[in-house]
Amino acid sequence: MAKGVWIVAEQRDGAYRKISFELASTARKLADQLGEEVCAVLLGSGIEGIAGELGKYGVDKVYVADDAALEPYTTDAHATAVAKIVKENDPSILLLGASVQGKDLSARLVGKLATGMATDCTDVKIDGGKLVAFRPMYAGKCFGEVTVASTPQMASLRPNVFSIVETAKAGEVVKFDAGLDASQIKTKVLEVQKDTSGKVDLTEANIIVSGGRGMKGPENYNIIEELADVLGATVGASRAAVDAGWRPQSDQVGQTGKIVSPNLYIACGISGAIQHLAGMSSSKYIVAINKDNEAPIFTKADYGVVDDLFKVVPEFTQVCKKLLA
Amino acid sequence: MRPGGKENFNISILWNAGAGPADAAVRPLCIGKEDDVNIVACVKQVPDTEAMIKVKPDGSGIDEAGIKWVMNPYDEFGVEEALKLKEKQGGDVTIVSLGPARAMETIRTALAMGADKGIHINDPALEGADAYVTASALAAAIKAIPHDIIFCGQRAIDDDSGQVGSVLAEMLGLPSVTIVTKADIEGGAIKVIKPIEGAQLLIESSLPCVVTAQKGLNEPRYASLPGIMKAKKKPVDVKDAAALGVSAEVKAKVAKFVPPPARPPGKIVCGDDPAAKAAELGRLLREEAKVI
Ligand SMILES: Cc1cc2nc3c(=O)[nH]c(=O)nc-3n(C[C@H](O)[C@H](O)[C@H](O)COP(=O)(O)OP(=O)(O)OC[C@H]3O[C@@H](n4cnc5c(N)ncnc54)[C@H](O)[C@@H]3O)c2cc1C
Repeated sequence: MAKGVWIVAEQRDGAYRKISFELASTARKLADQLGEEVCAVLLGSGIEGIAGELGKYGVDKVYVADDAALEPYTTDAHATAVAKIVKENDPSILLLGASVQGKDLSARLVGKLATGMATDCTDVKIDGGKLVAFRPMYAGKCFGEVTVASTPQMASLRPNVFSIVETAKAGEVVKFDAGLDASQIKTKVLEVQKDTSGKVDLTEANIIVSGGRGMKGPENYNIIEELADVLGATVGASRAAVDAGWRPQSDQVGQTGKIVSPNLYIACGISGAIQHLAGMSSSKYIVAINKDNEAPIFTKADYGVVDDLFKVVPEFTQVCKKLLA
Repeated sequence: MRPGGKENFNISILWNAGAGPADAAVRPLCIGKEDDVNIVACVKQVPDTEAMIKVKPDGSGIDEAGIKWVMNPYDEFGVEEALKLKEKQGGDVTIVSLGPARAMETIRTALAMGADKGIHINDPALEGADAYVTASALAAAIKAIPHDIIFCGQRAIDDDSGQVGSVLAEMLGLPSVTIVTKADIEGGAIKVIKPIEGAQLLIESSLPCVVTAQKGLNEPRYASLPGIMKAKKKPVDVKDAAALGVSAEVKAKVAKFVPPPARPPGKIVCGDDPAAKAAELGRLLREEAKVI
């Protein structure tokens, strides 16, 4: 019978992405309820050295395939390697991150493992020995409780939602052969263009300051950027601002942009259209600064300021400077 | 202007150029064979993004009364890319959709945009299909027709599950490139741009392959009036699960639909002076929410 809670860890350039620790901590919680082990799969090249670190977050065993063909990430190579080790060990639960890479890999694994998956979950639990995953559907307008009849029961977890908990376990490193043959790999990464801003990506940010059409023009985003700098935040935007060409597509939050869950989301001059709310309503705290007291964003906001953002935001930046000094 | 073959790929062409038609016109496409390209675009009919979603009292699903149905916005990008490819390269575009009778409207919309024919998979047994069942049905329909490239939306905005394109690719034994914002076909391969956290990747895949579309890929066209008239006469094949030989047994099931968790009512910071309000907001975030 299928046994064990497994995760696929995510690393980039030899360093773990935060989601890996979120996955490990969550898997530990589930495995304790089941009385089972937590195992992680770690893929890449020259990454064996970091494998054991996962033990700190509750992982009993880390299956590592260290192979040049696994770097950089390609769907074919990673899906083949994960499917191989998973099939050999038959876990009951398999968790991945709903990061860009995790979304791609997990969906391909659904096909390879002929199983079911709950995508982008915001909560998971065990009920009657089975995984029950809680996830937003219809852009967060309703939620679904998902169960998976086949094994492994797969779920991808929304980044930044699950807490990281340290639980020391062995983190025993077990090497395995990814079993790759070049003919299986039909995609190739030709180039990587890194964003040089040095900012944390919106999906991983703790604090986001977003500006919408109320910013009135690209030149005014400096007041948002100043606030973001003081708070160590990442700047986001509504689609109206992106479509107007004021901000790049990569800044767009919402149903057709990024889905974000920061600790704090500050919306400036954003009305709160349903498509925007879809991307940020799982934020822990929401602040709205808008001059229209009837703007729908106030229905989701924990704290609202009804006023001209051009007056409030610079003042608020000064306040934060003092608070954080 | 850029012959296919061995020359080095100039990434700036993809990265710096707009996605507009003018840019596209200067890039000759060559899929590596003389024949026309057989293009497939998968579409799903979903509630309009503005729709209010109400959960049925027994939690078995959503109440569909009063919902306006539209083509999934990400599928629109896929259809548009398919049509652009056809216009440059020659070939034909087949629309494949799984859905109830009303999904025919969405297929007709894609035909009105310029696609050539459709396959409508319609079977009550497939209602509530998960990604695996949906992909099996699409794969069975697509296997039966020639296919050089398949476009899907990166996810459907109803179940938001984002799996079908990749599972479909696996079932067809094809590579997949997902969530892409630019695509260029040349010399029997496809090059795409895929944004990831903090970077953009330029990825090459062999053809045939499955491409899943992200916003930014293009600006979907509207159907013209003559297009709508012509669409009525274009052929659409209707198939059920038995005809395709697929099992309707789902692997992932939404056991219960529930309304979103309620957020506690918010506080409005009162006063007339912006500076005082800013100070109070700072205090609340620091002392009450403890987030800064
Ligand atoms: C298929 C589809 C997908 C979509 N996807 C997305 C998405 O992913 N993300 C997204 O954001 N939108 C999306 N939209 C668009 C969405 O419907 C809205 O049009 C958009 O979010 C509006 O952006 P906004 O709030 O910046 O602009 P508006 O709605 O115009 O709001 C501007 C706000 O600024 C306020 N304001 C103006 N001046 C000031 C000032 N001086 N001080 C304070 N406040 C001020 C106004 O009171 C107003 O509330 C989508 C739409 C569709 C149809």
